[in-house]
Amino acid sequence: MSNRVPADIVPGAYAEERRERLSYVIGLVLALALTAGAFAVVGLGLLSGGAALAVLGLLAFIQAVVHLRFFLHIDLERSHRDDLMLILFTVLILLIMVSGTVWILYDQHVRMMP
Amino acid sequence: MSLSDRLHPGINLAGTDPESHEAAEEVLFGFWIFLMSDLVLFAVLFATYAAMSVQGIAAGPGPAEVFDLTAAFLETLLLLLSSFAFGFALLAMKYRENRRSVLAWLLVTGILGLAFVGMELHDYYVMVTAHGATPQVSGFLSAYYLLTGTHALHVSSGLVWMAIMAIQVAMFGFDKRVKLRLMRLALFWHMLDVVWIGIFTFVYLFGVTS
Repeated sequence: MSNRVPADIVPGAYAEERRERLSYVIGLVLALALTAGAFAVVGLGLLSGGAALAVLGLLAFIQAVVHLRFFLHIDLERSHRDDLMLILFTVLILLIMVSGTVWILYDQHVRMMP
Repeated sequence: MSLSDRLHPGINLAGTDPESHEAAEEVLFGFWIFLMSDLVLFAVLFATYAAMSVQGIAAGPGPAEVFDLTAAFLETLLLLLSSFAFGFALLAMKYRENRRSVLAWLLVTGILGLAFVGMELHDYYVMVTAHGATPQVSGFLSAYYLLTGTHALHVSSGLVWMAIMAIQVAMFGFDKRVKLRLMRLALFWHMLDVVWIGIFTFVYLFGVTS
């Protein structure tokens, strides 16, 4: 039942397997580069202050997109827009919740200062 | 059904196993909804941490004093390689249905995940012993342990799930249900790596920079 003989596999499956493996490898290489870049910014002190924070945030966003694209296989193909919609809607809710929380708590903090 | 017919995100089984492929669409979409609700949990913890790490340090040590960037970098690599290894486990399941290679990839994934959790526990140990940075010292440290601890707990439960799946693969082989469960575990595992991007950036790197 398991250990299927290769003849059982649809022709073209091996090429397809190579292609899918390559996709994971590309994802890994990109993720490694972005991670190394982010740690280099701080570890080597390439940037500081607001510029560093902006670059780090941007690198994290790009890396999240790389993970979604190459590991979770989310893309713009028509067949699974539903999932993309779900993710985008969740991200919208998250942004509202996170920015709202940070804003309100910061405001409270400022008012509490003597 | 052609090899390129895709019904859902993640590895699709079209071509090699059309029957499981048809069944996968619904359960995987349901699992995506769970993942997104889990992401909401993490977002709230991130928001709490964002406020606490700036305004809640009290008299305790700040982020730059207690964080070890080298350890955070190694943890990032461990989790990333673990995620990558799981991808290859799924490809071995999809194209070869070979128990031995799938189990070998799962073992690699599990060992890397276990090393990640071990390193995090070591981080906690160093923070507590060297800096006296326990959760009750300040709001910043409470939020830090809550956020990273929730993530570590997720990774740990993923490891338990992975062990159970390894047993199921060994016992039942590549039953439709086993395949669908492995595919959901893969989504869970990859999503935890995405959450970790947020943690290493907004907790560790932001903490040391500012």
